[in-house]
Amino acid sequence: MTEKVGVYICHCGSNIAGVVDVEEVAKWAGENLEGVAVSREYKFMCSSLGQELIEDDIKNEGLTRVVVAACSPHLHERTFRRACANAGLNPYLCHMASIREQVSWVVEDNEVATEKAKAMIAGAVNRVQLHEELEPSLVPVNPNTLVVGGGIAGIQASLELADAGYPVYLVEREPSIGGHMAQFDKTFPTLDCAACILTPKMSDVGAHPNINLLSYSEVEEVSGYVGNFSVRIKKKAKYVDEELCTGCGICIEKCPKKVIDDVFEAGMGYRKSIYRPFPQAVPNIPVIDTVSCTYFETGKCKACEIFCPTEAIDFEQQDSYLDIDVGNIILATGYDLFDCKTIPQYGYGRLANVFTSLEFERMCNASGPTEGKIVLRDGVTEPESVAIIHCVGSRDENYNRYCSAICCMSSLKFGHLVVEKTDAEVFSCYIDMRTNQKGYEEFYERLLEEGMNFVRGKVAEVTDAFRLPGEEGKLIVQVEDTLLGIQRRIPVDMVILMAALEPRADAREVGLQFGIACSMEGWFTERHPKLDPVATMTDGIFIAGAAQGPKDIPAVVAQGAAAAARVQGMITKGTVEIEPVVATITEEMCSGCRICNTLCPFNAIEYLEDKEVSYINTALCKGCGTCVAACPAQAISGAHYSNEQIFAEIEGLLYDVISGNGAKAPQVEQEPVPA
Amino acid sequence: MAEERFEPKIVAFLCNWCSYRAADLAGTARIKYQPNVRMIRVMCSGRVDPTFVLKALALGADGVMIAGCHPGECHYLEQNYKAMRRFSMLKHSLRALGLEEDRVRLQWASAAEGVQLAEAINEMVDQVRALGPLNWPGNWSEDGEVEAAIERLAEEHAEAMEVPA
Ligand SMILES: Cc1cc2nc3c(=O)[nH]c(=O)nc-3n(C[C@H](O)[C@H](O)[C@H](O)COP(=O)(O)OP(=O)(O)OC[C@H]3O[C@@H](n4cnc5c(N)ncnc54)[C@H](O)[C@@H]3O)c2cc1C
Ligand code: SF4
Ligand code: SF4
Ligand code: FES
Repeated sequence: MTEKVGVYICHCGSNIAGVVDVEEVAKWAGENLEGVAVSREYKFMCSSLGQELIEDDIKNEGLTRVVVAACSPHLHERTFRRACANAGLNPYLCHMASIREQVSWVVEDNEVATEKAKAMIAGAVNRVQLHEELEPSLVPVNPNTLVVGGGIAGIQASLELADAGYPVYLVEREPSIGGHMAQFDKTFPTLDCAACILTPKMSDVGAHPNINLLSYSEVEEVSGYVGNFSVRIKKKAKYVDEELCTGCGICIEKCPKKVIDDVFEAGMGYRKSIYRPFPQAVPNIPVIDTVSCTYFETGKCKACEIFCPTEAIDFEQQDSYLDIDVGNIILATGYDLFDCKTIPQYGYGRLANVFTSLEFERMCNASGPTEGKIVLRDGVTEPESVAIIHCVGSRDENYNRYCSAICCMSSLKFGHLVVEKTDAEVFSCYIDMRTNQKGYEEFYERLLEEGMNFVRGKVAEVTDAFRLPGEEGKLIVQVEDTLLGIQRRIPVDMVILMAALEPRADAREVGLQFGIACSMEGWFTERHPKLDPVATMTDGIFIAGAAQGPKDIPAVVAQGAAAAARVQGMITKGTVEIEPVVATITEEMCSGCRICNTLCPFNAIEYLEDKEVSYINTALCKGCGTCVAACPAQAISGAHYSNEQIFAEIEGLLYDVISGNGAKAPQVEQEPVPA
Repeated sequence: MAEERFEPKIVAFLCNWCSYRAADLAGTARIKYQPNVRMIRVMCSGRVDPTFVLKALALGADGVMIAGCHPGECHYLEQNYKAMRRFSMLKHSLRALGLEEDRVRLQWASAAEGVQLAEAINEMVDQVRALGPLNWPGNWSEDGEVEAAIERLAEEHAEAMEVPA
């Protein structure tokens, strides 16, 4: 071998040196490993003095490869790569052996640990000699951003970017932006009116010169890569000309057809066939629901068209498509609510006065179906007692194991609203009370003072089968009060189920469309759970809000702003480095079998019909290496993880076994078993 | 003096995003596990070519572990399903070569599962220790025979990976 390898063994104070005999290892590596020109140990390799040690050796000793045996490469690979680069050595010619996380911290016996460290260093030294110089490529970043989902997360992200002067396309599936927050009356813990704080932001979005709001639209296709995505957006036909419509609402007034509104009113109220979800909708343009519209059903009616003063109604309108180029994408698609019918023993759908949390939100809303009055299903009777059941579909291994994060606080909010608006007694049946944000515990105390009753226990059943005096005509909540250690039957008039937050039903498809992963449950996966919460594994795709996991509005807004800040950083920088750890196909070796074509989830592999070979678009390749492992012609090579490099690493790791067994020259006679 | 305990050598391939991080976490949490496993980082479990496994065994490893993200959690979306498919084929071929089941193992370990990874390693080391040395290189006669067998297997795999058009 012609490479000159420098080996650096870090003591990490006593973290490594307290277990591994670093002097011995350094001496051993210098004397026994082929290619090693310099072998040193040092107290803290990551310190500036440690880095200088490497830099000086590269310059003075002419090192061509560097191995640092220290902590995990996830911590300091960058540091040492940078040190190499500083001294003029290509950063990819450096390799780390994780002798802290994988040796000194996990191996009990010092001697054994020292041996394991040697093997790992042998692997690294063997491998690094086959490393190749790699250069990240630079591509420009398009300053446009696509935001998908116009809930409070998407709104916040869009406004931050637009205010900073960058163009935004905001795609919202429903006729209006606003998301779940637009459905609420008050928001915990401050009890601000949701509309008062949300609608100004919504109008800002609608009026912003830098925001192109595409409502009633969905993303149809995404291609490209960070800095350079091409997106096709489908604008569903509204049957209303957006240029002509002034939003006067006469059409809605005149439309003779009323249907139950399952979306915005959560089934509690009605809307017309031509509708906007709520009066403050942004944009303020109505859409025709062709499923219920009399004209689409029977060919007659057109009341809206007749009365529209600006001739904006257009029954011939078709879905249209818009192709845009953007540099970055923020996904803020939010959550769905757990279907309470899934738990039959709670009676939702069977017992009239069992409500979901969202139904109750609509009921409390002054512009909602009951004009803010808390009443039973009959629409008039005020309840005398209300039970709120926590964790419906959350923290239950039959449904979702996670905590939905907002239900305890929403329950308190509901309790307050009931106390404020009625004379009813309120019971909250909870498993644990979780009030761990600013002002939340104080809100809980306030509700204790307001006289809300708290029963600690998981509700077994809600039934109308009365047994005891006072139960007749009531809903009976059967619950074990675990603080008192007794079974209780609480007769009430109304039950509210605090439904779990769930990933959107189509979250996996959306994830796949944008090339990002979901957790087992279906929440979008962030790049790092602590240190990189809004980026994803796919460069240029960011996530914000409840699509990433259950959270309250302050956290959602913080994420929206954070995602926007990340995007701004990309735009300001202007160019982005593309990781050179990618796969490439050697044309001459490719047989054109096309096995690899279906293996890439990022569609990086194309088949070139004219040349009859496959080709990898390195800008799309994320470097997973799956195609490399699959190519029968070994025509695909994976940069930085080539077969040769990995074979060399295996050989090094097993150096002690190999020297004992003479692997390269097998000795004992025995017939090989035929395959 | 008691007879020296057999210490198997096991090579493990860990995906960068979940399993290697699980190993990081096992370290940070100071979870002690048996020192017999030597780890190689790959970007994804999908990168693990069956020949890596064969090569490790042929060079004298007594067992091989492949560790990746849980199904549905691969950072490259679905590549661990491909690893899974490839692994079952590999197991099949290894069985044909007379290799014991427990010598190769596919392990899911998320970045939060340092304890689980350590437990899996301990379990595998015990199992392989009970099986005794594999000594593949020693058990094969002619020079190049191991290589030939590896090549044959690799070809079979490539064929098996072929998806009907
Ligand atoms: C009953 C209840 C009460 C609550 N009360 C409070 C409270 O008082 N205080 C508080 O802080 N939090 C409260 N929360 C939590 C709050 O609802 C969420 O934190 C917040 O609304 C999440 O906002 P988001 O923008 O992430 O998602 P969402 O509000 O769900 O918005 C997502 C948007 O994306 C759109 N969309 C989805 N998929 C697509 C797609 N593929 N293409 C285009 N558009 C798409 C949707 O139509 C929607 O407009 C409550 C939750 C519930 C269930
Ligand atoms: S699998 Fe290999 S040989 Fe087959 S098309 Fe892809 S690169 Fe070419
Ligand atoms: S290495 Fe992975 S991401 Fe790159 S082309 Fe191959 S399969 Fe696709
Ligand atoms: S990245 Fe872990 S298995 Fe694919």
